Formats: sequence, structure tokens, C-alpha cells
Amino acid sequence: MQTAIAVPIDIVLVLAAALFLIGFTGVLVRRNVIFLLMSLEIMMNACGLAFVVAGARWIEPDGQIMYMFILSLAAAEVAVGLGLVLQLERRHRHLDIDAASELEG
Amino acid sequence: MEVVLFYIAASIALITSILVITRTTASHALIYLIVSLLAIAVIFYLLGAPFAAALEVVIYAGAIMVLFLFVVMMLNLGPSQVAQERRWLEPRMWVGPSILTLILFFEMVYILAGTPALTSGVAVSAKEVGERLFTTYLLGVELAGFLLLAALVGSYHLGRRYMRARREEIG
Repeated sequence: MQTAIAVPIDIVLVLAAALFLIGFTGVLVRRNVIFLLMSLEIMMNACGLAFVVAGARWIEPDGQIMYMFILSLAAAEVAVGLGLVLQLERRHRHLDIDAASELEG
Repeated sequence: MEVVLFYIAASIALITSILVITRTTASHALIYLIVSLLAIAVIFYLLGAPFAAALEVVIYAGAIMVLFLFVVMMLNLGPSQVAQERRWLEPRMWVGPSILTLILFFEMVYILAGTPALTSGVAVSAKEVGERLFTTYLLGVELAGFLLLAALVGSYHLGRRYMRARREEIG
């Protein structure tokens, strides 16, 4: 059986929470769409970290499986989000998210 | 000793994440974000999830971040491109990320050097993950496939309109 390190699970969960909070702060503070998407990535990654550490705590593969689902969700979200970024840039010539506050076709 | 490696990687992840949300240039933030993802990959490996660590590097830091980079590059087209390229080569662009990545690299070298693990943690191998993924979670895999297909169609639709407008502008 391959071994790994044993870290107190509290520490890792605190790390995941801190990363999530940093990403959340980024979503709140930044107004550039690219930075918003990056902050969302940080948040999703923090969720994945929480899942993986739970799987490592109970020696179950479920944590990593949930992490893979989060990964595919992040890939899908980035693909569509960046398409929207391109559209926003074409319509408004800048990347301010407030420009999209009144969505129209 | 390995616990120290965990704390180093955790601090790098935190510092680079804070740097990501405080940069003004998108490309600077992107490079710090990649370093942050690499640090979390190191944490995954230390926690006994080598498969998740590999996915983090290959898919997150590789594929998704390259997608970001493509879009950031695409939006920077124009007469300012040369100045942009020149700014990419400035030392303050790459010194910070490089030092932090070097620390992670030395951690990786230390791990792979074959020091015996002293701890009681047990790794969950890729084989176990795959077995569970394609038996219990088979429905989830198919749903993830649907999600990716929807994202493919959606991003193709959005991007096609963008590229057509761009061709009309140029030609």
C-alpha cells in the first residue's frame, strides 16, 4: 500500500476555506470579466481540495471522483465563459462586467 | 519532514491566489494562477491522491489555463501588440512566478528522491478511483459527458459569431 502524509484534516479544510474566500473576494472586488472567471476557478479549486482531503481522510476514492466532476464542470464553465468574454469585448470594446448588467439579444 | 512540504505548498497556494486577485494585468494574474494550481497539485500528491494531482496539472494548469491565455492574447490584438510582447520579457513579469515555481520544483525533486514516508496516511490509487468511477458513478460520468457536449456546442455558437464579425472587420 502506497503511503502518504498524515496532516490534520482541520488544517487542510481551513486552507480550502481560505482559498475559497480569496476567490470569493476576487469575485466581489474585481470588475474585469477575465479576473472574475479566474476567481471562480480559485473557488472551484478550493471545493475540489475539500473533496480530495475528505477522500484522503476516509481512504475512499469518492473524493477524487467528485474532484473529477468538478474538473469537467470547470472546463465547461470556462469554455462558455470565455465565449461570453469574446462577445462582450466585441459589443462594448472593454471587459467591464457592469456593461452586461442589462442583457439584450 | 513531508508535513513541512505541505505547509510550504499551502503557503504558496495562498500567496499566489492573493496575488491573482490583486494584479492589474490579466497575463500576470494568469501566471500566478498557474503557480497556485501547481501548488495545489503538490498538496494533492502529498495527501495521497496522485491521480487527482496529475489531473490538476494536465487539465487545470494545462488545458484550462491555456484556454484563458488564448483569449487574453486574442483580446490584446492591435498596434499595442509589440509593446505588449516587450513587456512580457520584463524581469518583474517572470521573476516572482519563477522563484515560487522553483520552490515547488525542488519539493517535487525531494519527494521523488525516494525518501521513505514516515506517516500513517494511505494513498488512494488511480486504479481504485477508476473502478469506482465506472461502476458506482457511471451515471455521473455520462452526465459529465452531456455537460461537456453542451459546453462545446455553446462555446462554438458564441465563438463563431465573434470570428465572423472579426473577419468582416478585417476584410
